[in-house]
Amino acid sequence: MQNFAEAFTLAFDLMLSADDDLLEIIGLSLRVSLMAMAISTLIGLPIGAVIGMSRFRGRGATIILLNALMGLPPVVVGLCVYLMLSRAGPMGWMGLLYTPTAMIIAQSILITPIIAALSRQVIEDLHNEYAEQFRSLCVPPGSAIAALLWDARYGLLTVALAGFGRAVAEVGAVIIVGGNIEHLTRVMTTAIALETSKGDLALALALGIVLLSIALLVNAAVMGLRMTATRFSYA
Amino acid sequence: MLERAQILDRPALAAGAREEPSALLPCEVRGLCFKAGDKQLIGNIDLTLVAGQVTIILGPNGSGKTLLVRLLHGMIEPSSGEISWGGMPLDEATRKRQAMVFQSPVLLRRSVAANIEFVLNLHDGSKLQTVEEILHMAGLDDKASQPARLLSGGERQRLAMARALATRPDILFLDEPTASLDPASTLAIENIVSLACDRGTKIIFITHDIGQARRLGDEVIFMHHGHILEQSPAKRFFDSPSSTQAQDYLAGRIVL
Ligand SMILES: Nc1ncnc2c1ncn2[C@@H]1O[C@H](COP(=O)(O)OP(=O)(O)OP(=O)(O)O)[C@@H](O)[C@H]1O
Ligand SMILES: [Mg+2]
Repeated sequence: MQNFAEAFTLAFDLMLSADDDLLEIIGLSLRVSLMAMAISTLIGLPIGAVIGMSRFRGRGATIILLNALMGLPPVVVGLCVYLMLSRAGPMGWMGLLYTPTAMIIAQSILITPIIAALSRQVIEDLHNEYAEQFRSLCVPPGSAIAALLWDARYGLLTVALAGFGRAVAEVGAVIIVGGNIEHLTRVMTTAIALETSKGDLALALALGIVLLSIALLVNAAVMGLRMTATRFSYA
Repeated sequence: MLERAQILDRPALAAGAREEPSALLPCEVRGLCFKAGDKQLIGNIDLTLVAGQVTIILGPNGSGKTLLVRLLHGMIEPSSGEISWGGMPLDEATRKRQAMVFQSPVLLRRSVAANIEFVLNLHDGSKLQTVEEILHMAGLDDKASQPARLLSGGERQRLAMARALATRPDILFLDEPTASLDPASTLAIENIVSLACDRGTKIIFITHDIGQARRLGDEVIFMHHGHILEQSPAKRFFDSPSSTQAQDYLAGRIVL
């Protein structure tokens, strides 16, 4: 229990002193996860929108597959990306292994299915609500998609933040493709894993507390958005 | 109400902007059937709708009024039969000149004004009238920036009506638009209907309110079990309905 007290003290000391190494680790964590979130949203959102709005054969199976992909094991994704990027792999010539880019790639693969599956649900619900009215008004497909995306924006932002939350807390994939190299690919989760194995539990816990605070902030942002949306009855 | 009439009847806004106001009429329906599974919900309907009249559809619950209107508006495909509007098939070009207010209208999750803007942008209707004019007609001037979903039932119906009329449709289908409204809101809706009718829009109006049918109707269609039992001028229908079912319905008896 002494560890906890020590950890909290250390965590606050670290944050107050704005320790350069700590800031660097936090910064890289945020940068990698935000990039992964942006890329996954760019890919996953259109996929979710198309599946949510259209009726085609095999749609049910596609949705089941998508939902199953939400549970992709990070270490397996990490391993696959590793094999692709390693010197002998098909993309080895790019020299991306053990760089932040590799981590962004791995995280994007992990959270794209999450964003696609969750936004599919959001879009589909709104589509069901609007479909009749849109048919009556002869809304062309392009305008219909734009209207759905716009009117579902609060829900979709929540989806993107959920993807970010998953990315920033993930360790299995980034440690394999990033390698936890100091000043290069060390992020909060890999640093926590390292400090734990080194036995520096206080530092590990301090980093954990910082990570939790970020998760809390993200969730508070999601809540705030939801409340704004409900207050204005847009959601 | 007078003030609203003036807004609508301003010459610049009159139907003259359109080439042929009632090119979609008459509407001819031949042998129209709609089946769900092996249940015949609309059975072999023949019907002609002509210009310049408010057509009221009456009939007990479940008699197929909503289904018939949805078929006429092209919301659902008939199992068999033909529908033509002014000799043209029921395709997108025809449907674009029709509008419908549903039994429970769906409003976009946006402000009142944005709901109107959306439709104006779609059909290039902004040339006809402005959002302000349309909201004024519906008596919703002070609600323009409010979220549409916070409106009361009567206000929602007025907004749905205003949205349907925003692009000056040739044909307007109304499915019980005053079903849960108080007398004043009902009157407001009826006034909008009369104005639209004067402007040359063909109105097809489903209602259970017999007083309303008498006030607005030029012609009545009486439906029963998916069939049209009667189609006659309003006065004749109310004075001497020919079918026993219509007699029972008007007398407030249970219709078998
Ligand atoms: N898609 C459908 N599949 C199966 N049955 C349907 C379908 N749509 C409507 N029905 C049935 O068809 C019948 C006619 O329905 P409709 O909605 O046209 O009635 P209505 O005359 O508008 O009644 P109300 O006055 O209650 O609105 C009802 O018995 C209804 O349950
Ligand atoms: Mg009905």
